Amino acid sequence: MNFLAGKFLTDWLEGLGRISLLAKEAINSLVTLKVRWQDFLFQLYFIGVKSQSVVLVTGAFTGMVLCAQTYFQFHKVKLDTATLAVVSVSMCSELGPVLTALMVAGRVGAAMAAEIGTMKVTEQIDALRTLATHPVDYLVVPRLMASFIALPLLTAESITIGIVSGYLVGAFLLDIDPAYLYYNMLKHTMGIDVAVGMIKAFIFGGIIAIVGCYKGMTCGEGAEGVGRATTEAMVFSSITILISNFFLTLTLSRLLHLYD
Amino acid sequence: MIEVSHLEKTFGSVLILDDVSFRVETGESVVIIGRSGGGKSVLLKHIIGLLQPDAGEVLIDGENLCGLDERQLLRVRHKFGMLFQGAALFDSMTVAENIAFALRREGNPTEAEIARKVAHALELVELSGTENKNPSELSGGMRKRVGLARAIVYEPQIVLYDEPTTGLDPVVSDSIDHLILRVRDHLKVTTVVVTHDMRSARRLGQRILMLHNRKLYCSGTADEIFNSTDPVVHRFVNGISLPTEDLVL
Repeated sequence: MNFLAGKFLTDWLEGLGRISLLAKEAINSLVTLKVRWQDFLFQLYFIGVKSQSVVLVTGAFTGMVLCAQTYFQFHKVKLDTATLAVVSVSMCSELGPVLTALMVAGRVGAAMAAEIGTMKVTEQIDALRTLATHPVDYLVVPRLMASFIALPLLTAESITIGIVSGYLVGAFLLDIDPAYLYYNMLKHTMGIDVAVGMIKAFIFGGIIAIVGCYKGMTCGEGAEGVGRATTEAMVFSSITILISNFFLTLTLSRLLHLYD
Repeated sequence: MIEVSHLEKTFGSVLILDDVSFRVETGESVVIIGRSGGGKSVLLKHIIGLLQPDAGEVLIDGENLCGLDERQLLRVRHKFGMLFQGAALFDSMTVAENIAFALRREGNPTEAEIARKVAHALELVELSGTENKNPSELSGGMRKRVGLARAIVYEPQIVLYDEPTTGLDPVVSDSIDHLILRVRDHLKVTTVVVTHDMRSARRLGQRILMLHNRKLYCSGTADEIFNSTDPVVHRFVNGISLPTEDLVL
């Protein structure tokens, strides 16, 4: 039992070390701009444009249900008009970035692992290396760069559509006074809440790209290896997003003096 | 010149290569033969730095590849072209884009210049007119020829072939052999071929190296190897199994 626990811990630490080295290599390459712009634009299209529908639907329905639930509770203490403020602050700093990142991790992180994993098992990554091309420059950097840019933009969309949907539900379904709803939302939502959401989205973008690429580049042999890498990319990036979100919330609240 | 000395490689607890040493002179054509799973492809990947040995050295024109990091290895790999067993074409690119890949990474060649070099490489492998096809539209033999065109388009000094005729019919295999000879003579490259195909080995190898039981078992000209009286070599080149190796059906 101790042996198994020791092996699990060793493997976990080894994996953590490898993924950190990959991240370091990718960021070094990113800052020296060793990237083909065509590849970057394609990834930006794939991650940013093609994820819009799923992100918008998620944002809209999250805003709507959050508005309804908040209203049901606030109505008991006659705080109906504060409903949209809760939706807005929650969407900006927590639900917008986290749910967007989870949806993109499912769609894009898994696709990255599958594509790179297939390239690995068919020796295409070795072929890249023989053609004097660093796999990190060619495969990881465009995806990382596109994720860094796309995630904050998708999150902003998700936040916007979530608040608008919440407003529509509050004003037209729940009969809350639209003027107070809107006024309280503006009064309690600070620029810093939006900034926190954007910072988180930027970091989650990096997590999705690095985990997806790492899982692809280290995938096992054959179809089974690619399948496992795809699943693990989605699961690991989702878990990492949720765990890091907690620590980011604490750290950012301290750094930005959110609740002073 | 390629110099491999006292190379050792282990995967997990399995020793694949044990104290392998040999030299390939500039412009020479060497074939490596040996049984399946005997470490031939692993040896080839060490020569181009895709794998790092546990012990020993690989020197390319006097420069030791062992201990170089991936970015330092990229510089050395400009000297190499490699044809993979499954061709390893980039399936998201057309034939022309595959071949032009290495050209685009260097300097800023014009599109006209790239197109001219791609057309010339395709002509050399007798596949003119396939520029816009996708790899999935090509047969196995055509894929290998495109892989070869991609490996030679930037005129490397050394070309490595990993089982270039495996899985191909005898006629296509013959045409691939001719292509390898043509590339060797046309570009004056150093050639290292890993193969199971004894006909190809005889035709392509100015010198043949045989791996057996993880070691370099013997080395000699094609005639010396094919006329060897050593029982291991004789059995291998003539495809004779021992009774203990017969499959039970």
